[in-house]
Amino acid sequence: MIAPNPTTGLKPPPAPPRPWTNARIAGHVLMALWIVAGISLVAYLIGNLEKPILEALRPYLPADWATWADAQLETHEFDSFLERYGAKYVEGFLVTLQIVGLSLLFGALLSIPIALARSSKWKVFSAPAYAYVYFFRGTPLLAQTFLIYYGFGSFRPELQSVGLWWFFRDAFYCVVFAFSLNTAAYQAEILRGAIQNIAKGQWEGAAALGLNRPVTFFKVILPQALMVALRPYGNEIILMIKGSAIAAIITIYDIMGETRRAYSRTYDFQAYIWAAVIYLMIVETLRRVWDKIEARLTRHLKR
Amino acid sequence: MEEALTLLSFGENGWGDTIAKGVLITISLSLATLPFGLIIGFLIALAKNSSEPSLKLAANIYTTIFRGLPELLTLFLVFFGVQIGLQQLLKLMGFDIYIEVNSFVAGMIALSLVFSSFASEAFLSAFRGIPQGQYEGGYALGLSRFKTMTLIILPQLIRLALPALGNLWLILLKDTALVSTIGLSDLLRETSIAARVTKEPFLFFGLACLIYLALAMISSAAFTRIERWSKRGEVQR
Repeated sequence: MIAPNPTTGLKPPPAPPRPWTNARIAGHVLMALWIVAGISLVAYLIGNLEKPILEALRPYLPADWATWADAQLETHEFDSFLERYGAKYVEGFLVTLQIVGLSLLFGALLSIPIALARSSKWKVFSAPAYAYVYFFRGTPLLAQTFLIYYGFGSFRPELQSVGLWWFFRDAFYCVVFAFSLNTAAYQAEILRGAIQNIAKGQWEGAAALGLNRPVTFFKVILPQALMVALRPYGNEIILMIKGSAIAAIITIYDIMGETRRAYSRTYDFQAYIWAAVIYLMIVETLRRVWDKIEARLTRHLKR
Repeated sequence: MEEALTLLSFGENGWGDTIAKGVLITISLSLATLPFGLIIGFLIALAKNSSEPSLKLAANIYTTIFRGLPELLTLFLVFFGVQIGLQQLLKLMGFDIYIEVNSFVAGMIALSLVFSSFASEAFLSAFRGIPQGQYEGGYALGLSRFKTMTLIILPQLIRLALPALGNLWLILLKDTALVSTIGLSDLLRETSIAARVTKEPFLFFGLACLIYLALAMISSAAFTRIERWSKRGEVQR
């Protein structure tokens, strides 16, 4: 409410009604479309929840409805997609989590030497690091995964003789290996960008205090660089989660793999819808949590 | 070594021409996706930039969905979803036939959805870089809203959005590899077939990676030139 004018006691006139501009009409139409799509999606998926809904409502129903509900629960065959494949999706979720977690961890470890080599003054270090980063950022993740999983099969005798064949035979190890190499390239670029962003005075100040270079790097530069790198790191995690769907193509049963299996058995399109719901929930949750973390860690920089 | 060269040669014994066809399909898929992605992305950015809350919300829902879904899943959703949807529709109309969606078209739709939602962010941040006075100047000259947009805002917008769009183009080029999983004979699929038949997977997948790399290099060089061209009006420093 708008307060009346203290001297005259008059209220200002009400705001004129908002006109129906083209933008407003378009917005309402599009929103209506989204709402219709959302409702039909829920209606499409609700069949899965008939049984739990009926069970949950059972104690609150009037007597004659309750007998009907009991009869339904006993005689009706509830053949729900979720009941059959829900557990599989949870397993797939755990596999996705493992792949992403391990790859990000190994990638982070690998990215530090690459970033250092990349920003080195000596060509001997910087040129190979540049080539590595360029290769892994310039080619599709799917092609890289194929190159490692199928391609290294060409060297089977050699790999067997050095005792590494068990590693490259296993699809899971190969995927983690390929994803780690890939994300290491991206993380190295993030790290390098962040380190170069730190003002030169920080290095000089640390040198003036008598700190040697490694200590300066790990205690002065890196903490500040990581702060700058927080947002791109968050994006990289999300990219990795989305990219991990590729693992399904080389027979890993992650979320996407379980989805493909469920679809090939039932030809029920729900399989893909549930996968979409799961991925969206993961990514959105992560994005929001990451925003909170970033706000918390950079609270001293707020003005 | 000689063996490898024979395998890669053009003609009877080599896989050169098959792979070259694959490269052409990869390039044409990304080129065909680009205009749709750009136009939809621009419209979404306009919607996000408008003062109308409902329009903004609708656009945000779109980008949240297609930025959050894995590209591979979007592709499968489009490929199977369109197929099932069309089949149901025809069933309602009384036809009972099996339809298969063309994988090129499905790939184009899915990649346009993904590309446009990312492009809208690029355009949106470019919009923020154009001061309000540019619009006001346009209106003061008596130009209509549409003319102000196309003659004054858009040229500056493209210049500001170009670096981000260049990155998105590279991502698009890489994402086309995913379409091989729904049966489009693009570069990756042709090399997979060659690898399986000749039992030389490292050679062929390595080659595929190098070709993607070469495409990326060519694109970056092209983008550098386009960027220089778009900045030709700026003061030389």
